[in-house]
Amino acid sequence: MPVPASHILVFSLLLFSVGVLGVLTRRNAIVILMSIELMMNAANINFIAFSQRLQNMVGQVFSVFTIAVAAGEVAVGLAVVLALFRNRDTVYVDEVHVMKG
Amino acid sequence: MAPEAVVFYVLASIALVSAVMVIWSRNVIHSAIYLVLTFFCVAAVYVLLRAEFVAVVQVLVYAGGILVLFLFAIMLVNLRDPLGSRLGVHATLSGIVGVSVVGMILYVYSTGRLARSLTLGPPTTGGGGNIQLLGDALYRDYLLPFEIASILLLVAMIGAIVLARQKY
Amino acid sequence: MTLIGLLWTVPLFPVAGFLLNGLLGARFFPKKAVWVIACGAVLLSFLVSLGAVVALRDVGSLTPSPGAAVDARAHRVTLTLGSWMPMGRSADGSELSVDWSFALDPLSAVMLLVVTGVGFLIHVYSIGYMGHEPHPVFARFFAYLNLFMAMMLTLVLGASLPVVFVGWEGVGLCSYLLIGFYYDRMFDEKTRMSCADAGRKAFITNRIGDVGFILGMLLLFVNAGTLDIQGILAKTGTLGPGVCTAAALLLFFGACGKSAQIPLYVWLPDAMAGPTPVSALIHAATMVTAGVYVTCRMAPLYLKSPGAMLAVAVVGALTALFAASIGLAQNDIKKVLAYSTVSQLGYMMLAAGVGAFSAAIFHLMTHAFFKALLFLAAGSVIHAMSGEQDIRKMGGLDRHIPWTHATFVIATLAIAGIPPLAGFFSKDEILWAAFNQRPLGLLLWLVGAGTAGLTAFYMWRLYVLVFRGEERFDDEVRHHLHESPRSMIVPLAVLAVLAIAGGWVGIPEVAGFRNLLAGYLAPVLGAGEEAARAAPHAPLFEVVMMIVSTVIAAFGLVLGWVFYERRPEARVRLAESARGLYRLMVNKYYVDELYGKIVLAPYYALCRAAAWFDQWVVDGVVNAAGYVTLATSYTSVGFDTYVVDGLVNLAGYIVRGFSWVFRKVQTGIVQTYATAMIFGIFVLVSAYLLARGH
Repeated sequence: MPVPASHILVFSLLLFSVGVLGVLTRRNAIVILMSIELMMNAANINFIAFSQRLQNMVGQVFSVFTIAVAAGEVAVGLAVVLALFRNRDTVYVDEVHVMKG
Repeated sequence: MAPEAVVFYVLASIALVSAVMVIWSRNVIHSAIYLVLTFFCVAAVYVLLRAEFVAVVQVLVYAGGILVLFLFAIMLVNLRDPLGSRLGVHATLSGIVGVSVVGMILYVYSTGRLARSLTLGPPTTGGGGNIQLLGDALYRDYLLPFEIASILLLVAMIGAIVLARQKY
Repeated sequence: MTLIGLLWTVPLFPVAGFLLNGLLGARFFPKKAVWVIACGAVLLSFLVSLGAVVALRDVGSLTPSPGAAVDARAHRVTLTLGSWMPMGRSADGSELSVDWSFALDPLSAVMLLVVTGVGFLIHVYSIGYMGHEPHPVFARFFAYLNLFMAMMLTLVLGASLPVVFVGWEGVGLCSYLLIGFYYDRMFDEKTRMSCADAGRKAFITNRIGDVGFILGMLLLFVNAGTLDIQGILAKTGTLGPGVCTAAALLLFFGACGKSAQIPLYVWLPDAMAGPTPVSALIHAATMVTAGVYVTCRMAPLYLKSPGAMLAVAVVGALTALFAASIGLAQNDIKKVLAYSTVSQLGYMMLAAGVGAFSAAIFHLMTHAFFKALLFLAAGSVIHAMSGEQDIRKMGGLDRHIPWTHATFVIATLAIAGIPPLAGFFSKDEILWAAFNQRPLGLLLWLVGAGTAGLTAFYMWRLYVLVFRGEERFDDEVRHHLHESPRSMIVPLAVLAVLAIAGGWVGIPEVAGFRNLLAGYLAPVLGAGEEAARAAPHAPLFEVVMMIVSTVIAAFGLVLGWVFYERRPEARVRLAESARGLYRLMVNKYYVDELYGKIVLAPYYALCRAAAWFDQWVVDGVVNAAGYVTLATSYTSVGFDTYVVDGLVNLAGYIVRGFSWVFRKVQTGIVQTYATAMIFGIFVLVSAYLLARGH
């Protein structure tokens, strides 16, 4: 592949940072979960890129695991959001501040 | 510029723009649509990087499974206020912090030897892809983590059911 | 020990009756059950007493046992039921403990039979008399009566002064309860005295006397080292004359309260606020004689002190005359009888004071018969007259209530001292004994004989005004006029028989008879009487004196007949000519007013002064102490609040200040925490990069 690996890493970094910004700025818990998926995708891109660069299958294996973990995380996360909505009638995280001091 | 590089940059651009739209869009449904677009682009990037199996899994799991899950969740929570982002003091502060971290990492990349020397090699195997190698690694060297991952998924499934139950 | 061993049950039956009727009677028992229980309890007491008294005749054959001491010489059996106040031994080894013990000897035997016998008759009478009362009132009345019986029997049987005192106070309590039985009714409209006030008056007056009793008791305890009556009497020889006189006078003061002697007699006329059976039982036959009984019981003590004896005799004689003169002018049937009672109690005290103790007990007994009869007959009259008590509104009742009339006549003749009725013998014995007193014998005899004349006069006056002459009541009363029910008539008849024959046990020896009662009482009182007897027997002279006193009594009767039946205008003229004296007598010599002025007014003033002193001086000192404490505590609290607490609070404020800052960080919003985390990464990586020298 003629593209420099650093560009792929920068792509991954930018994707990751978009995810971080989403997590930090959005109020909607579902969008936050989506942002986390973006961050995981960015991590996966890194794994795949290094796997390609090092001619090693471990990166791809790990990205499969990551996808599995992401699937589970989304399932549990959305269940939490549903429970939250059912109990507090909201999905906005700043309205859930039981821990406020 | 090689056509592959052109394809990569286009895909990366689309992926980034749609990722930004995910967090920028006021409508959660739109966010979900932009998210699936991002996933498809990333899957295409995987193909470029000769990780065809992962790309397929990406499309199946993300685009097929997770996104449907998101859409169901959006449907169930019955959002009363589609207005999402609120650039308050807090969001601004968070944005500044996030951007500064990104900038710092970019700075590290730009100064690091690693990034400069990192070029991608030829594909490991030709034609049929590297499914064989991946299968070997997954079912031989990483059998235990694989099984643990399956248990993890089972636990997550049960946990999700328990949490999303009507009454607990 | 036969029935003597059961002596302790005698006061217990009425206690049981009291508890049953008092606790359950009003609610659970029908009226019939109430009076069956009450009368049955007293009847049982009477039967046991009778059995015990019969058994006492063979005192020589009785064998002592633990808890039952037999004194054959004094015909006394003492039952010790248990230790009451175990106080150990005194320094000289004598036993200080007080036992709950009963003694039966001829003296208490006579009292026992009088109290239970007359008490039973009056209980029976009350069934009819109180029959119209509502059920709870009926039950309450019988409960009180039974409690009274129990207390009176305790008083009579008590072998030590504290036990006697328990009964003494108990009967006082019952007297209070029963005088104020109709506590919501007005007793005396003129002085605004309610029945409850009358009860209070009786109670408080008795308390004044009780102070004397307690002081006398304690004086004897201190000097004799025991409270057992026989123990004290055995030691009178070792006590100094001063102690004897003081103790005797103090006990006599107590007796004055209970037996309504000058100066404490004022409560008895007002005690007529109680229902009539109560007046008969408590304020004529039994309780008021307790003072006489205790005086006779302590006879050896009195005999040690001629001064005390003289005081008793003089007070008794004066009371007799004084009360009789008030009785002349009263218009309330029960008040006349009340003053008559006071007068007759004075007689008994006079007898005790001149050393004729058995005559005092004799008169006590006969008086119990005829005075109870008079009261019960009066109650029957009141009953017939629908509650009217004013004799000016009666008259001519003899045709309407023949049984009551007949018994009343008998009682009147008995109290007047007409032979051979009961009153004659006892009164004559007293007069004879008084005559033989030295040095005031003649004077005491004159007073006694004068009183006898007055008694005959006012009793006949009462009889005439109630039963003879024209009818002075209105048709409404006439319409309801009726003879009392049988339950009231039968006790009247029995008492009438006793009022006739009761005196025959004490026919003086001059008539060729043996004085049975004096002989019976001799083991207890005989020795003392012998000692007191100043003159030898002079039979002929005694007969002369008897005739004289009879003539005086008859003269009183005739005078009453003349003034009130034959020639009322003469009475009016007499009252006109001696208007001052008459007014004085009508108003009871203004004694109540006098007491109000010289006792109560200074007492109230003293109370006010004490209250002032208490409020300003005592309270002032207390308050000052309080203020000092308060000031000290304010200082202490100030230090504590501002210095000690200040330091503690300062630490708290510091923590709170920091926590205020840190709390703001904890927004509860997860994104804040994520931002902080990422900022932390930023800082750490920046530090790393700077350290690397980039």
